[in-house]
Amino acid sequence: MEAAAAPAVDATDRAPSAVVAARDITRRYGEGDTAVDALRGVSLDVAQGKLTAVMGPSGSGKSTLMHILAALDRPTSGSIWIAGTKLGQLNDTEITKLRRDHIGFIFQFFNLLPMLTAEENVLLPLTIAGEKPDDAWREQLLKDVGLADRRTHRPAELSGGQQQRVAIARALISRPTVVFADEPTGNLDSKTGAEILELLRSSVESLGQTTVMVTHDPRAAAIADRILFLADGLIVKDLGSATENEVIVATQELGSD
Amino acid sequence: MLRFALKGLAGRKFRASLTALAIVVGVAMISGTYILTDTINNGFNSIFTVSYKNADVVISGKAAFETSGNQNAVQPPTFPESLLTKVRNLPDVAQAAGSVTADNVKLIGKDGKVITTGGAPALGFSVDPQYQLFNPTQLTSGAWPTGPNQVVIDTGTASKQGFKVGDTIGVQAVGPQRHLQISGIAKLSGVSSIGGATFAIFSEPTAQRLFDKVGQLDFIRIQSKSGVPTEKLVSQIKPLLPPTATVRDAAAQAKQDKKDVGSFISFIQYALLAFAGVALFVGAFVIANTLSITIAQRMREFATLRTLGASRRQVMRSVIAEAFVIGLLGSIVGLFLGLALAKLLNTLLVTFGIDLPQAGTVVKGRTVIVALLVGTLVTLIASIRPARRATRVPPIAAVREGSVLPPSRFAKYGPITALIVLLAAVALVSLGTLGSGIATGPRLLLIGVGVLLLFFGVSLNAARVVRPLAAVLGAPAETIGGAPGILAKDNATRNPSRTASTASAVMIGLALISFVAIFAKGLRASFEDAVNQLFVANYAITSSNTFTPIDATVGNSLAGKPGVTDVTSIRAGSAKYLGGSHDLTAVDPNMATGVHVDWKAGNASVPARLGLHNVFTDDDYAKKHHLKIGSPVVMEFASGTKVPLRVIGIYKKPNGGSPFAEATISTKLFDRENPRPRDLMVLINTPGGVTDANTALLKRDVANFADAKVQTRSEFKSNFEKPINQLLNLLFALLALSVIVSLVGIVNTLVLTVFERTREIGMLRAVGMTRRQVRMMIRYESIVTSLMGAALGIAVGTFLALLITHALKSQGIVFAFPWVQMGYFVIAAIIVGILAAVLPARRAARLNVLEALQYE
Repeated sequence: MEAAAAPAVDATDRAPSAVVAARDITRRYGEGDTAVDALRGVSLDVAQGKLTAVMGPSGSGKSTLMHILAALDRPTSGSIWIAGTKLGQLNDTEITKLRRDHIGFIFQFFNLLPMLTAEENVLLPLTIAGEKPDDAWREQLLKDVGLADRRTHRPAELSGGQQQRVAIARALISRPTVVFADEPTGNLDSKTGAEILELLRSSVESLGQTTVMVTHDPRAAAIADRILFLADGLIVKDLGSATENEVIVATQELGSD
Repeated sequence: MLRFALKGLAGRKFRASLTALAIVVGVAMISGTYILTDTINNGFNSIFTVSYKNADVVISGKAAFETSGNQNAVQPPTFPESLLTKVRNLPDVAQAAGSVTADNVKLIGKDGKVITTGGAPALGFSVDPQYQLFNPTQLTSGAWPTGPNQVVIDTGTASKQGFKVGDTIGVQAVGPQRHLQISGIAKLSGVSSIGGATFAIFSEPTAQRLFDKVGQLDFIRIQSKSGVPTEKLVSQIKPLLPPTATVRDAAAQAKQDKKDVGSFISFIQYALLAFAGVALFVGAFVIANTLSITIAQRMREFATLRTLGASRRQVMRSVIAEAFVIGLLGSIVGLFLGLALAKLLNTLLVTFGIDLPQAGTVVKGRTVIVALLVGTLVTLIASIRPARRATRVPPIAAVREGSVLPPSRFAKYGPITALIVLLAAVALVSLGTLGSGIATGPRLLLIGVGVLLLFFGVSLNAARVVRPLAAVLGAPAETIGGAPGILAKDNATRNPSRTASTASAVMIGLALISFVAIFAKGLRASFEDAVNQLFVANYAITSSNTFTPIDATVGNSLAGKPGVTDVTSIRAGSAKYLGGSHDLTAVDPNMATGVHVDWKAGNASVPARLGLHNVFTDDDYAKKHHLKIGSPVVMEFASGTKVPLRVIGIYKKPNGGSPFAEATISTKLFDRENPRPRDLMVLINTPGGVTDANTALLKRDVANFADAKVQTRSEFKSNFEKPINQLLNLLFALLALSVIVSLVGIVNTLVLTVFERTREIGMLRAVGMTRRQVRMMIRYESIVTSLMGAALGIAVGTFLALLITHALKSQGIVFAFPWVQMGYFVIAAIIVGILAAVLPARRAARLNVLEALQYE
């Protein structure tokens, strides 16, 4: 198999310049005979202001990779840097701080808090951090995601697409270094999904928001500036921006390997 | 952040209220107890204050010693009437009035029976109509009594018994009963209820005659001329007083009167608070369990918060903030519910024969503070463990379906810790009960801490017996219930630790209840033994309520009557001897005809040889004070007279108790030193033993004494046991409160479980389960859980009872298992299970199948 990964540098003392960087990531679940290697040595650099998509079939390790890049999970070996900070030695409090300052999340199932209004959900990261929202920024975000007139609605009163818009605004509100989106269209119909992808794309274009998206939807991958293909815990293909068809072709090629 | 915690709470009002409900009962019990006892205290205060209204100083009879606690109250001596004239002649005295009083002037109802006062005094006193300023009562109708045949009775008796002015009423004071005409009806000024007490007011000469106090007074109320300081008046009066009288300012006298009452009320208060404590303890279990389940269900929410940058501390704080609000709200509700519970508690006490006066409901600041503080604090403490669990929710749970909480760092030590806690608890309780040479204080502490720890220990280990218990207890459900029954049993074992925690709450209440039941059975057995061994007479006469001593003239009147072979009385009073005030009993020379005792020193001739110089005692007391035959004992009576006595007999005290006080003298000496002697009981033998004719004859003999109750030997025994059974029922009723709290716990768990299994229940409905079957499934699970609690509780209660009865073996307490009662408890547990399932089962059955399946 072609090794698309960047050569391993001994980077324990020197941080890579990329906003998110991974070197030789492995992740093993379980022990002994039942052990499963979800990642078997992945290295990558996420470029600033770009949308990077991670694709791959179920079990390829793409979700695991994102969890590890986003500091939700720890690698069995290898190193991660986010905004120049190496994650390895950080304790829970430091990682929490890092999440506050540098990471935004968009989930497949939205994960909004049901008792809060749309606006309160959007502001939640700032509330947690004990920061005052910038009024102009808040208004712009609510307008951008098209929820200015729905701000007092609770999640139960919103459609799936609207809920995901709230989630996107929530991810952007703290101007994070990087936004991680986990199958953002996975729980939406195709029309709504398309609208959400447009919104994500425009956040990259107009705000220069660095974004990493995990998806198995070729249409989603087609809005990315760079597409990484994972299979069996390794990066097997690294495409630049591609059309939906190109993505489908690439996927089929890999699948027939 | 805290604001969001509160909003979250508002979004889960139903679940939050269910959680709060667990604390409400305990807090209501605290506030109810305080409100009730404060109200009673206020009632007594009003009574005692109004008793001396307008009086600056009060002269009263002075007993040589004071009694306390549950001893026979000492009857203070009287003083001569002539003192009143001397007092009136003092230059600084404006007004002075004398009165005589008695606390056993029983009124007789229209049915000819003594009106029961439920342990409260039946007061009688004189009122001097010329000195209305001192009169604590006010007429509601009629006129003050004049002449020897008139009486004024209290409004409560008048309305309850249907007496009105002009009617004739029977009055039982000293000697045979009299029939007097009701000249008026009166009430104590400013007191809404005098409880079970009654009062009868007479003119002074009538009262003196009725109370056997001719020429004597009990009180003189004095008002000084204006400007005279109380101390000056007191010092003027002091030289005039005989040794058996004392003078105090009115406030001090009221305080003195209140002393005994005060300690009785605080006893009731502490006892009720203890039950509040049990209810709160169970409530804490329920809250901890409910919060744990809620947190497991909200894992994704906490995980999302973590991904958005919330720290563990923030998660913990938000859970604790929720608990704080739940606790505070629950406590506020409990506080108000306490107002109603106070009434209910009073009704309960009245039912069990404790009817106390009241004057206006009292809610003190202390009540509010303690209720809110304790309720909130208990909830907070109960939330610590769930809150710590919440901090363990990993952020990754936000993106994973069905994440489970990672075990804590200490989880691997969990089983071993649980076992150690249990063993430590067993060790502490065993040491506390069986260990020798431990003082009472530390011993009780050991047992108390041990029992608390035991409940924890059992609940920690309970998860491991859930499966086998469910297999046994769920078997009937499987057979009767079919598919729902099988599912119910399996559901109960799905999350063993959750079922175990829920059942543990039930366990605590049932452990205490079964302990009480077993212990009481042992106690009763030993008591029955003692009664069987001691009482050999055919008949006994006591006062109508069995326990208040009765005027000795009843027994005296029977001696030598035809159809009566033997009459022997046991007098009851108090005296000071061997360094303290004690109860005192006295017997006739022919004591052996009624009571059988085993003499360890001396012989059957002891009662006859008592005379004026001897005393007998029991082996326990003799051992404690190193008494043997010939030991001197100086006995001081209420009048202040000191009589030197010698011990001439020591009997073996039966394990179940005896009618005798620590010291027993002759009735001859007793009557010489106590002007108005009273009998605990009069024992009688009749020719031919117990026959209907003899019973009728005896009843006729004492017909003049309305308060005298003739009982055959077996009736006497069961009358003596009645208060044990009543007390037992009272304890059960109070412990039932904690069972109610655990019922709330089952409701909580089931409601949350139904919520959690929404999709599953929808699936079951989709494949053909009827609503009825869904309800059955939930109900069976509830019953299985409740029965598990009952099984654990009965086991723990039996264990504790085994230890305690073993420890008290020397007191004759045996271990006896009340099978029938336990059967009732099991049935009660099943009912608890059925009741707890009502609401959750309805919710489960109502689920819309389609929505339930789509539920995310």
